[in-house]
Amino acid sequence: MKSKVTALAISAALVAPSAFAQEMTIVSWGGSYSKSQQLAYHEPYTAKTGITIINDDSSAEAVAKIRAMNEAGNVTWDVVDVVASDAMRLCDEGLAEELDHDAVLAAAPDGTSATEDFGDLIVSDCFVPQIVYSTTFGYRTDMVGDTPPSSICDVFDLEKYPGKRSLQKRPIDNMEWALYCDGVAKEDIYDVLGTPEGVERGLAKLDTIKDSVVWWTAGAETPQLLADGEVVMGSTFNGRLFSAIAEQGQPIGMLWDMQSFDLDGWIIPAGLSDERKQRALEYLFFATDTQRLADQAKYISYGPARKSSAPLVGKHASLGIDMAPHMPTDPANAGNVHIYDYEWWADNRDDLDAKFQAWLAK
Amino acid sequence: MSDTTQSGPVLAADGTPLKRSLNRALRLQKMRALALIAPLLLFVLLTFIIPIGQMLFRSVENDIVATTLPRTVVALQSWDAASGVAPDEAVYTALAADLHDAAKAKTHTRVGSRLNYETPGISSLFRKAGRKAKKWDVEADGPFKEQFIKIAKGWGDPDVWRTIQTYSPKYTNGYFLNAADMQKGADGAEIRPESERIYITLFKRTLIMSLIITGSCIVLAYPVAWILANLPAAKANLLMILVLLPFWTSLLVRTSAWKVMLQQQGVINDVLVWLGLVADDARLVMINNQLGTIIAMTHILLPFMILPMYSVMQTIQPTYLRAAKSMGATNWTAFWRVYFPLSVPGIGAGSILVFILSIGYYITPELVGGTKGVFISNRIAFHISSSLNWGLAAALGSILLAVVLILYWAYDKIVGIDNVKLG
Repeated sequence: MKSKVTALAISAALVAPSAFAQEMTIVSWGGSYSKSQQLAYHEPYTAKTGITIINDDSSAEAVAKIRAMNEAGNVTWDVVDVVASDAMRLCDEGLAEELDHDAVLAAAPDGTSATEDFGDLIVSDCFVPQIVYSTTFGYRTDMVGDTPPSSICDVFDLEKYPGKRSLQKRPIDNMEWALYCDGVAKEDIYDVLGTPEGVERGLAKLDTIKDSVVWWTAGAETPQLLADGEVVMGSTFNGRLFSAIAEQGQPIGMLWDMQSFDLDGWIIPAGLSDERKQRALEYLFFATDTQRLADQAKYISYGPARKSSAPLVGKHASLGIDMAPHMPTDPANAGNVHIYDYEWWADNRDDLDAKFQAWLAK
Repeated sequence: MSDTTQSGPVLAADGTPLKRSLNRALRLQKMRALALIAPLLLFVLLTFIIPIGQMLFRSVENDIVATTLPRTVVALQSWDAASGVAPDEAVYTALAADLHDAAKAKTHTRVGSRLNYETPGISSLFRKAGRKAKKWDVEADGPFKEQFIKIAKGWGDPDVWRTIQTYSPKYTNGYFLNAADMQKGADGAEIRPESERIYITLFKRTLIMSLIITGSCIVLAYPVAWILANLPAAKANLLMILVLLPFWTSLLVRTSAWKVMLQQQGVINDVLVWLGLVADDARLVMINNQLGTIIAMTHILLPFMILPMYSVMQTIQPTYLRAAKSMGATNWTAFWRVYFPLSVPGIGAGSILVFILSIGYYITPELVGGTKGVFISNRIAFHISSSLNWGLAAALGSILLAVVLILYWAYDKIVGIDNVKLG
């Protein structure tokens, strides 16, 4: 009897560490976005390798938490989903692992290398792009009369479209839209914004609608404000508007003009043991190949970051509607897009944010 | 000592001088008491005082520049920032050597983002130069001045060099200056241009609104606490649950509920329009402004005011009021001269609790405060979790802590801290 117990204890001791090694923690945004990753990446990966994936919905605070973990010398995350600008910051701070994209990522089915397949979406050495999303406007179809808004500048037109609009409480995107509608050509926006007069000009344009703006900080706010009829139009992430329109049937229309493209993707935090880093890389290799990226688009209306994935995008998994027309990257929607300059914002974000906040408080 | 020489030492039963044996007994007692509280002391020290101290220390710490660019810092000492021209080749050579090492260790971008807080654009200068410097052979590839300026024009800008020079000491008051809407200019500290001033406004607003919230909590909580204290126990317990129920509900849920109530298409406005008190096109704006923050936070903090008031009022004997009335006092006099002074310690305790809690609130103001109803803590949270400027966050936090301590001291002087009771 005693020997049996000892044997059990020994086998438990032997099994425990290896069982622990078969787990990895993946950090993402939660909600329907995490669900789409669970279905498209995590479940197939667990089925293939037996590695259990633990989800942590902390992406919103990821930058600060990774820094704190790094300082404490105990990084508990294996792969983290962040927006491109956060990836750049983490890379700058030495908090994310630099990657050799061609060496660690799968090539496209036709043999095109990963760097070429992702193209210039690889905005940082630490960043593996996953989706292209956009910050764009939705409007209440029943509150805009017979001529729905068709240009971004309709947001600034209080006479044609009276009522409140919701904008994100940060300078990024808003400043560019303001300058564009103040007559600055698209290619000159950052040159103008780089000067103190340009900043004032952008803020002055925003001033014209300041009293009619509801400022949001969480992506769920605008769909809610639209559903309640609190605002006539508002900016948010296109996937949020898609679910309000297609899944909840709200009377909301999309305004794609000057939608602001942004990227979301993976980083591996710096300071992992070799074994864990290897495991994280194996996951990335699997989860960012052409088919997997196309699969995610079955569950959420964000465009896959690989060029080779685009033709594989099919129908929504439960609604059965064609997903391509709802993608920000669809030619019909991407007629006039705004691509924001990561490098420029990395340099000027702190400065502009101070000015923007001072303006808000006035 | 003097009595030992005069009349000989008083001895204890075992022959040692009484004084010594008494001292030993006292010391033992003190040690035992210390041993008893040691776990708590250690716990507070490890989980509270040290982390907070470390965090506050970041507000002056600045050794990253000197550690990452040691040679440049030394070479820059002889450069005169007022000259208006970029430094000479020696400095660039030192920078090339420093960057070569830093880029290998991947620390160059860290300095870049540190200095970028002070002068926008520096972060990309370091990023771009680091990429090149990694491949340089510092001995052979010079001179470097032109190469640097070729990489990015900013390297020839005296302003960039002035920033590096200003922030080369291991300690800086730069974060505190920034937190007070000031900056280090060419000739010492100066006020920031008006378009960048924000923190003083936010500090003032935080204090004023916290006072208003505390005031409205007192007004609303006093009658509730009085009713609770004067009802029979069974009914009081039932009412107490009504007070505590929101206390146990998630903060986010309660804040979101206020959104539903207060927004322009919300419950209150709908009722007012239905009653005809408000025109449909002139619905009241009660949220995304200071009013929204005050209403939501008063509601959320109300239990913190009711509970101490209630526990103090429970100890006030109803006989005192009867005695006062039997001596001919009116209801008002009996309340104002007898009951109210006895209940002041409860008001004091509740006010301190509510005021200090509200000064550090950020979730509720962020959600319902719009632009004019946000607090200083919202900026602290922003710098901690989003801009990663922990030095500035620490400076703002230190100032907030100092303000609270000063107010606490003032409260002690005016009202007296002995006059505060939780029950």
